[in-house]
Amino acid sequence: MARYLALRLAILAGTLFAASVVIFLALEVIPGDAAAFMLGLNAQPDTVAALRAELGLDQPALWRYLGWIGGALQGDFGLSYTYKVPVAELIGDRLWVSLPLTLYALALSTAIALPVGILAAARRGGPADITVMGATQLGIAVPNFWFAMMLVALFAISLRWFSAGGFPGWADPLAALKALTLPAVALALPQASILARVMRSALIECLGEDYIRTARAKGLTRGQALRRHALRNALIPVLTILGMQFSFLIAGAIIIENVFFLPGLGRLVFQGITQRDLMVVKNVALLLVFAVTLVTFLVDLAYAAADPRLRTRR
Amino acid sequence: MTAIRPTALAAAAALGLAAATAAAARDDVTIGMQLEPPGLDPTAGAAGAIDSVTYANVFQGLTRFDQNGTVIPDLAERWNISSDGLTYTFHLVKGVTFSDGSTMDAEDVKFSLDRARAEDSVNAQKGLFAGIAEVKVLDPLTVQVILSEPNGGFLFNLAWGDAVIVAPETAATNATAPVGTGPYVVSDWVKGDRIVLTARDDYWGDPVSIRTATMRIIADPTAAFSAMMAGDLDVFPAFPAPENLAMFEGNPEFRVTVGTTEGETILAMNNGAAPLDDIRVREAVAHAIDRETVIDGAMYGYGTPIGTHFAPHNPAYVDLTELSAYDPEKSRALLAEAGLSDGFTTTLKLPPTSYARRSGEIIAAELAEVGITVEISNIEWAQWLDEVFKRRDYGMTIISHVEPMDIGIYARDDYYFDYHSPAMQELMAELTRTTNPDTRGEILGRAQRRIAEDYVNAYLFQLPLLTVSRAGLQGLWENAPTPAIDLTGLSWAE
Amino acid sequence: MKALTLPLGALLAGVFVVAALVSLVWTPWDVTALAVRDKLQGPSLAHWFGTDQLGRDILSMVMAGARISISVAVVAVGVGMVFGVPLGLLAAARRGTWVDELVMRFNDLVFAFPALLVAILITAVFGPGALNAILAIGIFNIPVFARLTRGAALSLWQREFLMAARVAGKGPLRISAEHILPNIAALLIVQGTIQFSLGILAEAGLAYVGLGAQPPTPSWGRMLADAQTLIALAPHVALFPGLAIVLTVLGLNLMGDGLRDALDPRLKERRR
Repeated sequence: MARYLALRLAILAGTLFAASVVIFLALEVIPGDAAAFMLGLNAQPDTVAALRAELGLDQPALWRYLGWIGGALQGDFGLSYTYKVPVAELIGDRLWVSLPLTLYALALSTAIALPVGILAAARRGGPADITVMGATQLGIAVPNFWFAMMLVALFAISLRWFSAGGFPGWADPLAALKALTLPAVALALPQASILARVMRSALIECLGEDYIRTARAKGLTRGQALRRHALRNALIPVLTILGMQFSFLIAGAIIIENVFFLPGLGRLVFQGITQRDLMVVKNVALLLVFAVTLVTFLVDLAYAAADPRLRTRR
Repeated sequence: MTAIRPTALAAAAALGLAAATAAAARDDVTIGMQLEPPGLDPTAGAAGAIDSVTYANVFQGLTRFDQNGTVIPDLAERWNISSDGLTYTFHLVKGVTFSDGSTMDAEDVKFSLDRARAEDSVNAQKGLFAGIAEVKVLDPLTVQVILSEPNGGFLFNLAWGDAVIVAPETAATNATAPVGTGPYVVSDWVKGDRIVLTARDDYWGDPVSIRTATMRIIADPTAAFSAMMAGDLDVFPAFPAPENLAMFEGNPEFRVTVGTTEGETILAMNNGAAPLDDIRVREAVAHAIDRETVIDGAMYGYGTPIGTHFAPHNPAYVDLTELSAYDPEKSRALLAEAGLSDGFTTTLKLPPTSYARRSGEIIAAELAEVGITVEISNIEWAQWLDEVFKRRDYGMTIISHVEPMDIGIYARDDYYFDYHSPAMQELMAELTRTTNPDTRGEILGRAQRRIAEDYVNAYLFQLPLLTVSRAGLQGLWENAPTPAIDLTGLSWAE
Repeated sequence: MKALTLPLGALLAGVFVVAALVSLVWTPWDVTALAVRDKLQGPSLAHWFGTDQLGRDILSMVMAGARISISVAVVAVGVGMVFGVPLGLLAAARRGTWVDELVMRFNDLVFAFPALLVAILITAVFGPGALNAILAIGIFNIPVFARLTRGAALSLWQREFLMAARVAGKGPLRISAEHILPNIAALLIVQGTIQFSLGILAEAGLAYVGLGAQPPTPSWGRMLADAQTLIALAPHVALFPGLAIVLTVLGLNLMGDGLRDALDPRLKERRR
């Protein structure tokens, strides 16, 4: 196990290193720079040059790359070009929107998906199952940003129950949760659809296994067998999907944050690119990559712990 | 400035505030704004949002604009100009303090102006200070600015937000912790959400009626609309969605004003690249565009047609729209004359503002009618600055030039229009040398005609300032001679 | 119910493919002609889906929009298959070697990037356009097909008929092409349909944030972006392009399910 762990860790580090190089190189070739953006239409060339020097943009690329990675390893992510505050602080602020939004969406999606999936599996082939399968099929097909717009049209514009966008901060937790509700619903719907289908098929598969047949032979009803034996085993694929959805949600919220104008990580990265605040962009990008890789790593570990055969593969 | 001494005011405020507010009107206001400023230092960035927050509220200059664009005294209560027009002697207001308690004096003025024009200056409008040869401190309340040549627009230049007076001790940190001489301080900034301004108790000037102003950043036009409708906001200056204004106009709870801005919206053309280097082709483009349709489609009817690069509300404006009246027939004839009877293909690069994107689609369709094929590409600002502004890799673009009195850009050889006219450059040089207002107006008129007759660009419309406010809020700027949300005159009706 | 899945899916997806094809030669109204005076009209006999903010006929725009959505998605899936399948076959044929390792690490690297982030970066570097949308979506299809192909091929390598081929002296690459590829074709077609529907969604998302085809080429995602500020005034402008996306994706997903059942009965009930 220790050797396997070391191997996986090395792969994790390697992926992160490769990602950092890819990100840095991509940002190197992006046309335009922060200095020109900040100074606008009346700027004179010498002023732009002076600002470039002040921001350190005139240093050689390798030097800036080493400076970035060296700093990041020590927890120093540099200073934002435009905001003039530490990037770590900006990211910290935005995480307080993105993370709660992700968890909110995840909680909603789970709360909807699991009961629905279980119901469909228990009534397999019945009208409830057919309804669930149809509805989830539709849920997967709906683009979340369009769904978000429709939610705004109904609940913010027509009914005025929620605001159409923005985030009031956590000073008033209820208001903050309210502001996150529509975005979380918009994010959760497609995820809930996928999850419900996974739950259903995992359960159905478990119900076909020998131990369930044995249980049924012992006289348990279908429902009892489902509750006592199948459910536990079906949770494994469900948890895997949940893990994947977490990383998907934290990055996939970029569009939803734009629809609702939430000051989260996604909007930060968008703004950063628009303003050529590449100091912000490269760090958020790396952070997102790190989050995705870490979740994949943990899922792999969980699998390996559950199934020792996997440790020798790959 | 004679009415109440600051200490007396502070005492009065401390003693009688509770009683006063019970009887009097509200003293707080919540304001919507679309763009968040990247920092709060107006001397180190071109973003209009910086000025929206800080101009007149946090920072002040020697002179300032009023809501109609007239230059009036601010930190300099009066000034003398030498007869040769080279020496300006400013007499500063006595007792002015920065919000950190320190006194503002002539040294601060000298520091601010020298810093803005220095070699390593990062002031976005460094050109405003180009003519300054020397700044001399005569005594703590008198400062002398010596110009290398007369400049009729110098007092105007000093009124810009980029020319505000800052203190040497705090200049470097103004982006995050602004310290100015104005009546408000920034008490809170929740990034991405709101900036809160609180009135200073030790303010040296006329007392302000609004004590707390919350500026909420609401970028999305739909959210702006619903926040205003829901009563979350008291006012939204520069309301971003003209299509939704009609829904406020019929409602007595709201007031909609349509004011002027300095934003000349133009279809800029690359005068340096074929076939747009041919004046006949540019004229053909101008005649192919129906301004009414553009204003109707892109701005829902709000906007004044312009025929040259000049603000229609300015007394020196000359209406030259006839020179480029909508006339597709003439357009086709001109193209044929230029040897392009089969039309031609060019690019139209559009920055992300909605007026540019919408106007772009309309103009592309109109140009197609006369045989000109434009390939639209929607790009972001940084790309626009790089491709269009810096490298001139474009055929056409649509943009609003929002700097006040910026007709001088047509005399700049390095500008992205690639327009080089000795006649225009001579006019601008003459303008700078001239201080007599009438003569200046006459020169400006000739300059407007020059660029209209050269069809440098197709001039579309003046961007309006659309403001929605709750009925009862008064003293708001109806026009925007410079990006600003001046809180000092704001109050609620009883 | 099960029997209906494939025909229903094919019907839905088919409607939009036909609409896209018809729009090449005919649309009810010219999609490039503006009529600003007639802007934001509700649905009527003349304009079944109403008109947009510049007075264009939304039905015509939706038809023409199908063209760009479908072609971007098809080409992107094609890119994924053309690069991903050979990579997967190669990795399986050379399993356990550095070639396999390299392919797997490449997969990890691509999967580590949030898709939208990459799309934004690509657009920032190359500028917006349909081609760059294809590139952005295509890149993420490569590892999907590589991984699927590798997994399926690995299990085939254990089977007897391949042993026979090896004994006959055929090289691994030849076996991959002659024996493995035909055997996993059904699987690839099913996955291709699923990726196609995901591609439609991705294209809409990219166009919505301004990274897809440029105007005046109509695109569903951009129509929705344009409609966003109008939602209080004219919700129908946002309704129809959105429905078009939903129905197309739904059709393709149903088709994928149906194909899976039809082509490979063993896979029944195993998906998702």
